[in-house]
Amino acid sequence: MSTPNLNVTRTSGVTKIAALLGLVVLIILVAAPYWAGRADMRLMGEIFLYLALASLWNLMAGYAGLVSVGQQAYVGFGGYMLFALTMFGGLHPIAAIVVTGALGAIIAVPVALLIFRLRGAYFAIGTWVIAEVFRLSFAQASALGGGSGSSLPVGIVRSLASSRSGREHLSYWLALASAVIVIAAVYFFLRSRNGLALTAIRDNELAAGSLGIDIWRTKFIVYIVTAALTAMIGALIFLQKLRISPDAAFSVNDWTAFVIFIVVIGGIGTIEGPIIGTLIFFLLRETLADLGTIYLMVLGVVAIVIMLKAPSGIWGLLRSRFDLELFPLSYRVKQNKKG
Amino acid sequence: MAAFLQLDKVSKSFGSVTVADALSFEVAKGEALGIIGPNGAGKTSMFNLITGTLSPNSGAIHFDGSNITAHSAAKRCRAGMARSFQVPQPFSGMTVFENAMIAATQAGGMQGSEAENYCLDVLQQTELLDRANVLAGGLTLLGRKRLELTRALCAKPKLLMLDEIAGGLTEAECTSLVQTIKDIHARGVTIIWIEHVVHALLAVVDKLMVIDFGRKIAEGHPRTIMESPEVQEIYLGIEADA
Repeated sequence: MSTPNLNVTRTSGVTKIAALLGLVVLIILVAAPYWAGRADMRLMGEIFLYLALASLWNLMAGYAGLVSVGQQAYVGFGGYMLFALTMFGGLHPIAAIVVTGALGAIIAVPVALLIFRLRGAYFAIGTWVIAEVFRLSFAQASALGGGSGSSLPVGIVRSLASSRSGREHLSYWLALASAVIVIAAVYFFLRSRNGLALTAIRDNELAAGSLGIDIWRTKFIVYIVTAALTAMIGALIFLQKLRISPDAAFSVNDWTAFVIFIVVIGGIGTIEGPIIGTLIFFLLRETLADLGTIYLMVLGVVAIVIMLKAPSGIWGLLRSRFDLELFPLSYRVKQNKKG
Repeated sequence: MAAFLQLDKVSKSFGSVTVADALSFEVAKGEALGIIGPNGAGKTSMFNLITGTLSPNSGAIHFDGSNITAHSAAKRCRAGMARSFQVPQPFSGMTVFENAMIAATQAGGMQGSEAENYCLDVLQQTELLDRANVLAGGLTLLGRKRLELTRALCAKPKLLMLDEIAGGLTEAECTSLVQTIKDIHARGVTIIWIEHVVHALLAVVDKLMVIDFGRKIAEGHPRTIMESPEVQEIYLGIEADA
């Protein structure tokens, strides 16, 4: 009635340029086997897997407020399921990854029902305890090598591709696909009606509940989906490593502490944050890894400085300074020039 | 006609502090009920009990023909209740327009451009349209109060509950707010309004209720209530003594 000369848009010049650049970068990355060396591809594969893990943790902790320090439970579970399904179930590794996702979702349901009774710090500790239970349980599985673990048989590895370079290309593409799929899934979820509800929960649970948002159900769905995808990433990680043991599979350092570092320094509660955080993390690791323990101390200092100086992370700082957004999630009310 | 909202002997206490003491009243469909009472009388607690942010120790609440005593706040909202908070509760990291969109899509059940246009209309009505792209956390107190009203309206409520929405406004702002609420009431929306700015309240409501110590002190025609000696003593007596 009263607002004919206004319209609502979600895209802007910046998001269009970002989408175009993103597409160009993606095409270059897909073609990496034709221009990158073996070691570079290995590193990039690892970056993509961390990017996927960080994006998932960010969705869960940054938006749904579920600060879990036990996501290694699902990484390890996924890795072990890959081994079990291929070795004893006779599944092709890629089919096994898909089944692992479904199993991850199923196992997450009773876990969620249990830990959702806990709040705040108790929730965080609860998730860690659950992850330890997972680790101890798989250490008891003698068919999977018990506490010392096991290696993926050569026959299964060869079923991926017959040549070594063929396998390396495939596992690179799988890692890239997992990062792209996870980021796309997070993006489309956040853009939807449910995503708007989730963002509201991030900002104010009291008001969200009073506006008809079912907080428990929304968090539950996010937790289950995150668990399923994290398990699939876990399967991919151990398909590349070819060897699994309880300590490596359920490492809180590798699969949760580094991931939290990435999300916090990049900018929690934004899609862009984990992308920037992953790049910074690997930049630091590749330049400082030779220094041994000093590298970990530098990571700690970087984390503390960023938490003090830019509590919303590097992306949060950039966004508030320049009103930037790469993924078109927000709504903008604009004067309609034609009207 | 059956009551639209009915509270039946609702009681709630926190230890020795009683915020609702066998509170019973009814609101008919399309009615506007004003609530007054001294600070700490239990007015906001009563809102929390009705909207489901608090659950009562005893008693029952019926809304639109069903017993909602055990329903969650979210479920009550989807049944057609919307409220403003006395202490504003914005989604601070989202823009004013996005705050409105959440109410329209989650509580109001609208989608796409229908929701967007509805939000724009409400924002114009609540005079926040020029702040639509501002982060809600950056609004002034007045802006936040308006945002509370905006969100409640975007939820397309059957029962609108306003908690001290006029407090801190200038005379002119108050007049335009009263007109906005009158317009909403004229559309048939049932209203319950807690307010210390009594003249704003009297301009809108059909019925007035006085609460103190979680108990209903008086209820009836606004003018009669304001003139009754009981109300003068309990509610305005504070000023008379001073």
